[in-house]
Amino acid sequence: MDLSKDLYQKEKLEQRPTRDGYGEGLVELGRKNPDIVVLCADLTDSTRSEWFKKEFPERFIEVGIAEQNMLGIATGLALQGKIPFISTYSVFSPGLNWCQLRIGAYSQANIKVTGAHAGVSVGEDGATHQGLEDVATVRCIPEMTVLSPCDYLETKKATIAAAQIKGPVYLRFAREATPVFTAKKTPFKIGRAEVFRKGGDATIIACGPTVHEALLAARQLEEEGLSVGVINNHTVKPMDEETVIEAAERTGAIVTAEDHQVMGGMGSAVAEVLAKNEPVPIEMIGVQDRWGESGSPDELMKEFHLLAEDIKKAVKKVIRRK
Amino acid sequence: MTEKELKKICNTVRQDIISMIAEAKSGHPGGSLSIVEILVALYFGGILNHNPKKPKWEERDRFFLSKAHACPALYSVLARAGYLPIKELKTLRKLGSRLQGHLDRVKLPYVESSAGALAEGLSLGIGAALAAKFSHKKWWTYVLMSDGEQQEGQTMEAMMFAKQYKIDNLTGIIDVNGLQIDDWTIEEMGGAFLKERYQAFGWHVLDIDGHNIEQIIEACQTAKSIHKQPTVILARTTKGQGVSFMENKVEWHGQAPDKKQAQAALKELKQEAKEIEKIKEVI
Repeated sequence: MDLSKDLYQKEKLEQRPTRDGYGEGLVELGRKNPDIVVLCADLTDSTRSEWFKKEFPERFIEVGIAEQNMLGIATGLALQGKIPFISTYSVFSPGLNWCQLRIGAYSQANIKVTGAHAGVSVGEDGATHQGLEDVATVRCIPEMTVLSPCDYLETKKATIAAAQIKGPVYLRFAREATPVFTAKKTPFKIGRAEVFRKGGDATIIACGPTVHEALLAARQLEEEGLSVGVINNHTVKPMDEETVIEAAERTGAIVTAEDHQVMGGMGSAVAEVLAKNEPVPIEMIGVQDRWGESGSPDELMKEFHLLAEDIKKAVKKVIRRK
Repeated sequence: MTEKELKKICNTVRQDIISMIAEAKSGHPGGSLSIVEILVALYFGGILNHNPKKPKWEERDRFFLSKAHACPALYSVLARAGYLPIKELKTLRKLGSRLQGHLDRVKLPYVESSAGALAEGLSLGIGAALAAKFSHKKWWTYVLMSDGEQQEGQTMEAMMFAKQYKIDNLTGIIDVNGLQIDDWTIEEMGGAFLKERYQAFGWHVLDIDGHNIEQIIEACQTAKSIHKQPTVILARTTKGQGVSFMENKVEWHGQAPDKKQAQAALKELKQEAKEIEKIKEVI
């Protein structure tokens, strides 16, 4: 797998927030496709939709603090052939406009909904601003594609790929700078999970910036004599069932890891697939049915047990359960 | 089309609504009957630029039915305009039908959007109107809303947006029938002060009799001459219009007539059809 050569040296890796990938992806899309339109609900700077606005002001719509209207307008635009991306925090979209998203998806509108500031890694703003339920609430909507890319580069690829498929897409990204550990050449295809590391004793299936923690955990476990695989499961829906089932068959133990409630999130989606096809022991890293809170991102990742050391413990536990 | 011809279509549509909902044994007769003249004016009165032979024609005007529970009226109008076979109307609300209980754009591509959650229509219409502006297209967007849905916050979000962005290639129409599911449209939240509210939000407001086709056509034409400002037509209607025992009765919001009631309603409407036939037109 083509990943950064400094993959396991966190201090050497560039740190950039995944939202930057969204901002750059939009600009690149705007240059190539005149049908791309970007809408924002009074958060242009922090969602990075500002970068598109600067280059294409005529195709940027500031809707004000009105997320329901934003989704409705996006649907109306999409039904006439435009490709609208809507930008705000994930707690507000899909948090405040879930019904509008549902009807848009029911219309098979080509809408791209993005949820910024996902995860407890948002930090000091606290629970109201940490999107921890977004994946759960969108993935149960029929025909939705749900993406949770792992770093800045992959978010850029995901943004561009989202415009290339027809139909409603939800794309989540985070506020905090996290390691850029993929490379330009790292493959990204919607609906295909990527095996970032092979292993025989257990497999960690992760999404979002947590993928890097999973890699660090696997590397440390290798030093302890355990062979652990890591899958970047960026497409929560439609899930790459084949890759997930194969990993369960081969390693017999799965750990899922994400910065989201374990209830209804990517891990739940993996559990749904495996319960039907290859029931093996599963441990789930994520927010364990509690509210987020204020604190620095680093403190919160530790407090909520979303770090490599937590994933390591989960791997050891799941192997014991085999 | 003459006024007499338009009246005949309205009468036919009303008969369709009763027959369809009775056959389906569920549905919303009251709010379907109240919008008949509005729909007939749009589709048959020369307001909507549309072509049943080319339903996806890009230059067509866009019509969004936000109060989608009134879809039996729209299905009938679409059938009478030649979009669907008239016999298909009998499939309303049945398993496998294109005529779902609320609008499904994927099953029935002659409607501009799926709909059924109130307050969405105005936002969708604004999106369509913006798309026309972006693409320098001349087509017009119409959104038919209910007075009840004016209680939804999203409607106000859309009202503010339309003013700010001078959405002047869209006409909003509100079916002001004064009734909602629970009661008379809860006065100060919905039906009352609509004129003042829209004016305060910077809209141009036209206030008309929503059962007078001539007035509807004239208002739609006037709306097109208002620039740099959104326009809404408050169409004052009677819920259940045309069937005496349904008029202004809240219980007919979402209840199907049984066989006897349907027969009684159809009898009244057929009598009305005879009266319409008697109208002498000066050509």
